[in-house]
Amino acid sequence: MNLTVWVELTYLVSAVLFVVGLKRMQSPATARNGNALAASAMLLAIIATLVDIDVLGWTDILIGVTAGAVIGSLSARLVQMTAMPQMVGIFNGSGGGASAVVAGAEFVRINQAAAESLDLFGGVTIGISMLIGAVTLSGSLVAFAKLQGLMTGNPVVFPLQKVVSALIFLAILVCGVLVAVGGGVAGLSPLATFVLFSALALALGVLLVIPIGGADMPVVISLLNSYSGVAASAAGFVVGNMVLILSGALVGAAGLILTMIMCRAMNRSLGNVIFGAFGGDQGAAALATGEKKTARSVDAEQAALLLAYAQNVIIVPGYGLAVAQAQHELRKAMDLLEERGVNVRYAIHPVAGRMPGHMNVLLAEADVSYDKLFDLDEINDDFSRTDVVVVVGANDVVNPEARNPQSIIAGMPILDVDMARNVIVVKRSLSPGFAGIDNPLFYLDNSMMFFADARQAMTDLVKEIREA
Amino acid sequence: MSTLLVGLYVLVLATLVGNEVISKVPPTLHTPLMSGANAISGISIVGALVVTAQAESSLVEWLGIVAIAMATINVVGGFMVTDRMLQMFKKR
Repeated sequence: MNLTVWVELTYLVSAVLFVVGLKRMQSPATARNGNALAASAMLLAIIATLVDIDVLGWTDILIGVTAGAVIGSLSARLVQMTAMPQMVGIFNGSGGGASAVVAGAEFVRINQAAAESLDLFGGVTIGISMLIGAVTLSGSLVAFAKLQGLMTGNPVVFPLQKVVSALIFLAILVCGVLVAVGGGVAGLSPLATFVLFSALALALGVLLVIPIGGADMPVVISLLNSYSGVAASAAGFVVGNMVLILSGALVGAAGLILTMIMCRAMNRSLGNVIFGAFGGDQGAAALATGEKKTARSVDAEQAALLLAYAQNVIIVPGYGLAVAQAQHELRKAMDLLEERGVNVRYAIHPVAGRMPGHMNVLLAEADVSYDKLFDLDEINDDFSRTDVVVVVGANDVVNPEARNPQSIIAGMPILDVDMARNVIVVKRSLSPGFAGIDNPLFYLDNSMMFFADARQAMTDLVKEIREA
Repeated sequence: MSTLLVGLYVLVLATLVGNEVISKVPPTLHTPLMSGANAISGISIVGALVVTAQAESSLVEWLGIVAIAMATINVVGGFMVTDRMLQMFKKR
């Protein structure tokens, strides 16, 4: 057998290892091993490629790999777990950008080669790879800026935004078709047209993400993840490499599944998330109405007594918990309860964090055992048999208004915490959550408000439970 | 079969496999899943290596280096950060 066949077979082994690696992600017990398998598959694919190609300049490759490895490993080591969504976002953008640049380099190479010219297949695949890759890159950078607080997390909208986006998309199509058939637009050379095409694609990525609010970022990050896979697949068609096509498709599928899960958890369609510019102030009007209601409040000592003599306790953590860095204190308090024989579990809403599964990572970091973490479907029926529910840093995901067909959050899947015997809501004030609407949960007879900063509240709880 | 057709077969079948495998990942692992899958999308490093090795002009060469660097950030950063997260998932 010649070398190429061996290389192709090695790619096949890589592909199989990618699939097995992802499959091992199905359980926390095997997931780490699965990730290591996928990483070795990547190494294998890289080695096979290096063996296959006649490398002219090792220096180029070494420079690129070293720069990337240093930046990548430093970021991976230093990033805070709360900042994971923007980290994944920027890695995504980087991968999508790589696919775009591969397409660009291939275009330039063919354009410069005297003996070669771009055929239709080449033109279309290069165009698609550049378009999706560039949208992924610029879209991810905007998502990063929003999540990192470098720009406002609110939707950025301007008049005729959708028209502008649509026109840009149209211009991209025109440039793309002209490039694919080897022409140029308005007297520009094919290369200049291609540069224009790429710039427009970058602009489109920005325009697609700026109107999306900060709390919808989980959907955007998942969707961009899917795009980065599709971009890799498209780059696979450009260079005629099956392992690229296959791995890209796996990632594309993963991103799409997570996107749909997030949309379902917010009871909104993907179209509504992308074009809806939700999370502005449209909910403010709803606040003003409604009569004055009173909420019962408790202090740390009362809350501790209630918890210490309960049998079943469920914690409902929200992103506010992580913002207050209260997850470690929370875990200490729950450890004390468990020592007293209380059954403690955690109910995690799919949009509890800033990306799918984010809250689970934050709790794992605080040493909460993963078999105590339950998702909405697993635990929702148990609230009615629970003595005390503690809601920390969550609001909209426990709002019973979701059952009211007239509410703007109508139909959103919620954790049915109001079914529990007692509900303690740890919160600084009665202010509304992200959706901007009042939460009737706070005023129920079985609810009590523990007004405090989440971290201070947990520290006080630890102290009081010890004395209880 | 042409490369295009074989590629399409691979694309469609891999999407179906991905769908099967990934829909069974529990929500608790969705963040590591996403960052791990994201690292896999850095497979475009293979394309970047091919393009760079074939470079005959300095423009292509530079584009190639940029592509390699970006893809490596994705691969190295992605797998490392996923490992960092997964090692925290413990059962006590």
